This record gives sequence, structure tokens and C-alpha cells, in this order.
Amino acid sequence: MNPSIADRYPKRRSLGHNRARDAREWLIHGILLLAASLGILVTAGIILSLARETVAFFRQVSLVEYLTGTEWTPLFATRKFGIWPLVTATALTSGIALVVAVPLGLTAAVYLSEFASPRARDVLKPALEVLAGVPTVVYGYFALITVTPFLQRFIPGLSTFNALSAGLVMGIMILPLVTSLSEDAMAAVPDSLREGAYGLGATRFEVALQVVFPAALSGIVAAVILSLSRAVGETMIVAIAAGQNPTLTLDPRVPIETMTAYIVQVSLGDTPYGSLGYLTIFAVGTTLFLLTFVMNAFSFWFVRRFREVYE
Amino acid sequence: MIEAVPAATLFRPNLAMRRLKGAVFVLCGVTSISVGLATLTLLLADVLQRGLGWLDWQFLTSFDSRFAAQAGIKAALYGTAMMMVFTMLVALPLGVMAGVYLEEYAPESRLKHLIQVNIANLAGVPSIIYGLLGLAVFVRGMGLGRSVLAGSFTMALLVLPVIVVTTQEAIRAVPGSIRDASYALGATRFQTVWHHVLPYAFPGILTGNILAASRAIGETAPLITIGALTFVPFVPESPLDRFTVLPILIFNWTSKPQAEFHDLAAAAIIVLLGVLLTLNASAIILRRRLRRRF
Repeated sequence: MNPSIADRYPKRRSLGHNRARDAREWLIHGILLLAASLGILVTAGIILSLARETVAFFRQVSLVEYLTGTEWTPLFATRKFGIWPLVTATALTSGIALVVAVPLGLTAAVYLSEFASPRARDVLKPALEVLAGVPTVVYGYFALITVTPFLQRFIPGLSTFNALSAGLVMGIMILPLVTSLSEDAMAAVPDSLREGAYGLGATRFEVALQVVFPAALSGIVAAVILSLSRAVGETMIVAIAAGQNPTLTLDPRVPIETMTAYIVQVSLGDTPYGSLGYLTIFAVGTTLFLLTFVMNAFSFWFVRRFREVYE
Repeated sequence: MIEAVPAATLFRPNLAMRRLKGAVFVLCGVTSISVGLATLTLLLADVLQRGLGWLDWQFLTSFDSRFAAQAGIKAALYGTAMMMVFTMLVALPLGVMAGVYLEEYAPESRLKHLIQVNIANLAGVPSIIYGLLGLAVFVRGMGLGRSVLAGSFTMALLVLPVIVVTTQEAIRAVPGSIRDASYALGATRFQTVWHHVLPYAFPGILTGNILAASRAIGETAPLITIGALTFVPFVPESPLDRFTVLPILIFNWTSKPQAEFHDLAAAAIIVLLGVLLTLNASAIILRRRLRRRF
């Protein structure tokens, strides 16, 4: 473990033991510690507030119905609480996003890291990152108003709200994330590996694909999982363009409803505080939180476990 | 029995073919990046073409309306500005203090590790989950209602990890010789941080905060979850009033069936992207101008 900056310097004692000054140092240290502890507090707050309402939800609805049911109609007269339609919808839009973002993103990353001149990289990388700065509501607008009507010319039976355009646009949204995270992973591969391969007569393409890419694989897999987690938690694109019909289907042409879109739908209506409808968004929120948490944690673990260590 | 094979038939350099593969790959790489940039261009062109005609003084100074011709973004501009101010008033000091603590004060310990892991994890939590937290804690728990303040607190928590991490990076980039000199002259830890480390780290911290602010301006989902209004024909006068923001207005107009409202949404998107562009450009310029070389 490397010593932190703090470990290298004297503690809070001032020279000459000035009591007032020492007291001030202690006080400031305490305040700063409190501010830093906020990180833990927020995590605890998220877990507690989700847990409280989720427990209240499962007092009224059986966990078995929630986890095995295939119909989601909590706001209808005949209420059914099967989470699967929301989960498959989320999987469908995120899956389409990955199909777009992974091939494009990895190709772009290999190109930027191994082929592009430093000048080209300095222009292209920030340009690509502009995509990450566009607000998601703007992507939602783009998916519904521009992409869907365009696709309807080629795909008969494509509804106004569908998983396809939402997924495609989401793929473009997470493209810079896939690219920059996997490029970082490849940039961390030591040059000695490249030089070794060149010394054996490999071409640039062979070095990139057979040496650098495998060496950076753990970081690349982690990048893809983090991007998937971002897609699963993405809200506005799917709320605007994918619809609000919780249907158990993998057909990308029809309206569906993802977990996040359901939370938006309930939040926009006037569901009374404490009612079962109000509690459902916390139950769905907990499911979403756990899913993304597992993915994020897995990605961190994966990097640690499978990272190639050189030197 | 093994026959002797001339070495030349075992290994064929075939260099032309192998180089061709590389050339084809470069083409693929450039194409991949172009797909992203072309989409961005298409998006901007579409928004400009639809929205530019609606963008006039009346649009900026009118409230929302059921009639597209009379609708404007005044309430959303006030709401966005107000929420931004309160968000940064909370997030900036807390985030910078946390960053300073983690870099300059915290010894290498379990506690530091725990805080660091928590902050990294918070950065990966979907924004809509922060909305649920805000709904449970600020709107209900603290009884703030669906007010500007409840929205600002929620947003502050959302951008906190960004500010903490960029502050830490900025502080880490300050060379140790500056600290050595300060401590050698008998300065205390706080004197060192306040008079020497923070001034040097300032450009980086400023950039991080501007990035955090632009993230908060573009966020929609958490504010919908805490119940910010979609139709607001008034300007919020106190931080406890109900409010709307630009992204919510865009969402609302996009969701309407009439095409005129889609054009209005495009006009509002131009304003939103304009604000974000100005913020990000100023962050880049400030960082360039304030950067010191060691």
C-alpha cells in the first residue's frame, strides 16, 4: 500500500504548541471528515429508503408472485405484480444498445489506441466524448421524433413506440463510454509487449489484435459490463421512445415498458403517498439498484481478478 | 517418417495480405468513429432545422401554454437557474471538503478505503435511484415537498461523486515540493492546504465543478421522480415553491402528439445545448488560462 499524502507530513500539531491554532486544526479536520463521510451516508440513505418502502410493498404482495409472475398491471383494477415484463423490456433495449455500442466502440478503441496518430487522437477522442455530454432527454427526443419515423419506412409494423429505436439511440449514447474505458485499458498495456511482437516480425494489425487486445481483455470486459449497467439504468430515452406497455415480449417493434420507464410513468401520475402504487416504484427501484450494483461490483472484481500484471 | 521440408514453404511472410488487413481495419476504425459523429451531426441538424424558427424573444419570455404559438420556456429557465444555484451551493463545498479530506488528511486506513469505495459505487448508481432517495428523504422525510430545494438537494447528492473525484485528481497533481516547502516553514496542515495546495489545484477543481453543474442541468429522471411539475405557468419565488426545469419541459413537449410541440421541444433543446456548450467551453478556456506549469 502506498502511503497517502497525509502519511508523509506531520499531524495536526503546530510548531511552538499554539493552543488556539491546534484547536482550529482539530476542528477543521473534524468538519472535513464529516463531509467525506457523506459518501457513506448517501449509500446508507439509498439502501435504507429503498428497503423501507420495499419491505412495506412485500407485506402486501408475495415475493414469489413478484419474481415469477409474467403480468405487470399494478395500476389496473385487477392488479398483477409479475416483474418479468419490465425485466425483459430492460434486457431488450440494453441488449440492442450493446449490439450497437460494443462492435463500434471496441473497433474505435483499438483504432485510437494502436493506429491513430497522436494528433488524430487528440481531435477524435474529445469529439466522440461530446456524445456523452448530450442530455439523455435530447436522445429521447431524437429516438422518437427522428429515428422512429425514419425506420418506419423500412420496417413495416414498427410502432410509434418501440424498443428498436430506443435501443439503437442508447447504443450511440454509451458508445463513448465503451470506447474511452477500453482505450484506457489498452493504453495501460506496457510497450515492451508491443516491441516484443514487432521484434518477431508482426504487423501493426497483428500486434493490436493478437497481443494488445488479449492483454487488455480484463479491462475491456469490465468496460462492457459498466456500459451495460449504464444502459440498464438509463431512463429518459426509453421513457420517451420505448412506450409504456408492460408486455412480455422480445419483439423490438412493439411498445414495451422498462423498469425505469415504469418509475417515470408512476411519478408523472398522481399516485397517493403510501398507496400500493407508490410502493411499487420502490420495489422496482430496489430491483434496478441490485441489478446495477451486481454488475458494477462484478466489473470491479473482474478487473482485479483477471488483470495481467507486468513487471 | 518425417520428410525434410524446405524452410521457405513452412513460413510464408505474405506481407502484402497482412498489411492489407491492417489497412482494412483502419477503415473500420474510422467508420466506427464516423458513425458516432455522424449521428451527433444528424441530431444537431434535425434539432436546428425544426427548432430555429420558433426561437425568438417571445419563446424565451413566455410561460408554457396549451397553444404552441404562445408557449415559452420562462418558468423552466428560472427553475433551472434556481435549482443550479442551490445545487452548487450544497455540492461544491461538501464535494471539495470531502476531496481535500481524502487526499490531504486521511491516513491510509480502512475508513479512507471504505469512503473511497462508496464514492466509486455512488458514481455508478442510476440517476433515477437518486430520485427515489430524494422522494423518500427530502420530499417526504424532511417535508420539503416537491420544491426547488428538494430537487436541488437530490441533484447535489447526484453530482457529489463527480466533484469529489475531480477535486482529488486536481489535488494529487499538485507537486509534493510545494507541500514540503510549506511544512518546512512551520505551516500547519490547514495553512498548507488553504494557502498553497488549493490555489494550485483551483483550475482543476473549477473544471470539475463546471462539469458537475452541466451534468445536473441536463438530468431529467430524478426530478420527475421527486415530482417536479411538467406544466408550470409561474416563476418560483422562493426555494420552497414548486418548479420545472428545461429538460422536463422538453420531455413534456416531446410526449405531446401535436407536431408543433415537437418543434417547440427542438427549440428548447437548442437553448439547453447552448447553455451546456457555453459551460463546457468556459471550463476548457478557464483551465487553459489558469493552468500553471511546475
